Amino acid sequence: MQVTNKLTPFFENLNFERDDNTMVINFGPQHPSAHGQLRLVLELDGELVTKAYPDIGYLHRGIEKMAENMTYNEFLPTTDRLDYIASTSNNYAYALSVERLIGLEVPRRAQVIRTMLLELNRIISHLFFVATHALDVGAMSVFLYAFREREFAMDLMEDYCGARLTHSAVRIGGVPLDLPKNWLTDLSKFCTKVNYELEHTYEALLTENRIWKMRLEDVGVLTPEDALSWGCTGVMIRGSGIKYDIRKEEPYELYGELDFDVPISDKRDSYGRYALYMEEMRQSVRILKQLIPMYDKTEPKLMAHAPQYISAPKEEIMTQNYALMQHFVLVTQGMRPPVGEVYAPTESPKGELGFYIKSEGEPYAYRLKCRAPSFFHTGLLQEILVGTYIADVVTIIGSTNIVFGEVDR
Amino acid sequence: MRKYTPKDNVQKKSYYTDRFWVAPRVPTSEVEAGSHFESVVKTISNVVTIKDVGVQIGQLRIVINATDNFKTLQTLRDACGYAMCSELSAVDYLAQDGEFEVFYQMLNLTEAKRVRVVCRIKKDEAVESVVPLFKSANFAEREMFDMFGIKANNHPFMKRILMPDDWEGYPLLKTYPLHGDEFASWYEVDKIFGKEYRDVVGPENRDPASVERYDSQRFSRVGYEVPFGAEIEEGKEEENPIAYSETFMVDYTTGTTTLKKRK
Repeated sequence: MQVTNKLTPFFENLNFERDDNTMVINFGPQHPSAHGQLRLVLELDGELVTKAYPDIGYLHRGIEKMAENMTYNEFLPTTDRLDYIASTSNNYAYALSVERLIGLEVPRRAQVIRTMLLELNRIISHLFFVATHALDVGAMSVFLYAFREREFAMDLMEDYCGARLTHSAVRIGGVPLDLPKNWLTDLSKFCTKVNYELEHTYEALLTENRIWKMRLEDVGVLTPEDALSWGCTGVMIRGSGIKYDIRKEEPYELYGELDFDVPISDKRDSYGRYALYMEEMRQSVRILKQLIPMYDKTEPKLMAHAPQYISAPKEEIMTQNYALMQHFVLVTQGMRPPVGEVYAPTESPKGELGFYIKSEGEPYAYRLKCRAPSFFHTGLLQEILVGTYIADVVTIIGSTNIVFGEVDR
Repeated sequence: MRKYTPKDNVQKKSYYTDRFWVAPRVPTSEVEAGSHFESVVKTISNVVTIKDVGVQIGQLRIVINATDNFKTLQTLRDACGYAMCSELSAVDYLAQDGEFEVFYQMLNLTEAKRVRVVCRIKKDEAVESVVPLFKSANFAEREMFDMFGIKANNHPFMKRILMPDDWEGYPLLKTYPLHGDEFASWYEVDKIFGKEYRDVVGPENRDPASVERYDSQRFSRVGYEVPFGAEIEEGKEEENPIAYSETFMVDYTTGTTTLKKRK
């Protein structure tokens, strides 16, 4: 029984067994390999982890509560702060669920731009994964190279929306801006570069690297049954051999028309997942290359026409009285979606990201639940870490690719 | 007159409501005959009583009794192939009905179909934990408890997850204000210094731009500089002109070092 006072506070449900050899250590919340504010309480027997308890909440900002007190358009920039590695994915997932709720059709040009941005964000996120994962495992140089390419991708994002991390590049009903001049040329140059670097830098440095293989192979083995039961999605579930990609199975935007493969790995370990990330980047490049010619065939219309919910384009607002009135009402009061509920799943770089929105016909969402993939992947840690060695803990956390903006919300 | 805010829902309200506005509803369609959802409904209705069913935005929505949640999810998993419980949480309807609405978002990976199982519980009731069926419910039910205070019976580790363990109140309730309640505003003071220090520390200042004019410890005042920590009161401050607070202009064209006061 613990005696708690101010000097020795309550240690959460941990047993300090003095008669055996176990030791309890705190991994984080300020550990550089914890990918944010993860406090992991590990019980160790020698170097073997016998119990793991992920303690989260250090980055809890109450984003779901904020959603209940903001109009739908006001909340959109807040979604940037969920998975801050790939902000547009969050913006998009939120915009998609609101669009499904009010039943909007997005113009084709906006769809092309959105799909481009989503895939660009996937590359940014995956490059970040490779960089930090390699850094955690001990391969410093990959970090530098991957961040170089990620910088080019973020330059593209910056050219488009002006921001590097918190993009807010998607609006409910479309996109705010058309692509700037020469953006598509830059994008195709970037695609070529990423494809080249993938093969000649990252894979050349890592894939057959003896140390990399020793550190990753058969580490963090996740059976398909566990992956399903723990609610794993994205690369985590495909790394366990289950072929499920929301872009393919429940297509949104232009993914139904695009030609891409969903790679799976039956190795079930961290190495298989690493290989999937590399392959997914290739597929993203493939998608981007298909999207570039599609852009020119579209009409220059960026926002859906739904005066009840979406403001008219700027030119109309400045010239037409009725558009200005609509805009005024939508800005001061906010849109009022129909009464009902929606859950729209999307394939974010981390896994299934979906927003459940319950609307009561008010300008404020009655309830908004963000289904964050990292939250469930963090829950998995309490089982997957047991029986591994302390040196592999970092590899496994890196392999789950969790982002704490999303876990704690 | 003071603005009326209902006590059972302190969330932000629209400042303008049209009395004659009738909000449209999301279309709910019947379950199509011969579809995948029809077989799901049939299988579930053999096991538990279904109170309401409909397809909303491509997803089946089944309303059941809260006591049947475990059986329903078990049937969905074993007989209908819904192998993943991708999300579970609650909606606060205490103000309207005195109830919580608990939903389970289920996914069938082979058919790529989603079902939402919805049930309602009264205020102090608990739901049966579905952790034996889906381990993903482990964290999700803890979050539901943390945010709404809804307990899940037979959960292996029913404890707060996002908020601190000694937190009072449940943040996602409609009665919980966005800026936190009384307990929340004193939480850090109480924890670090003790309750007796509330008077010493004072209430939390939520205005990031506020400058306290007579606080000589955290703010300095240009033109009226006083030593750090000096006690000054309103009306008793001495004027203390300091040279650097005045602006001079250098006349480079003349090449002299004399400074002329800016006009």
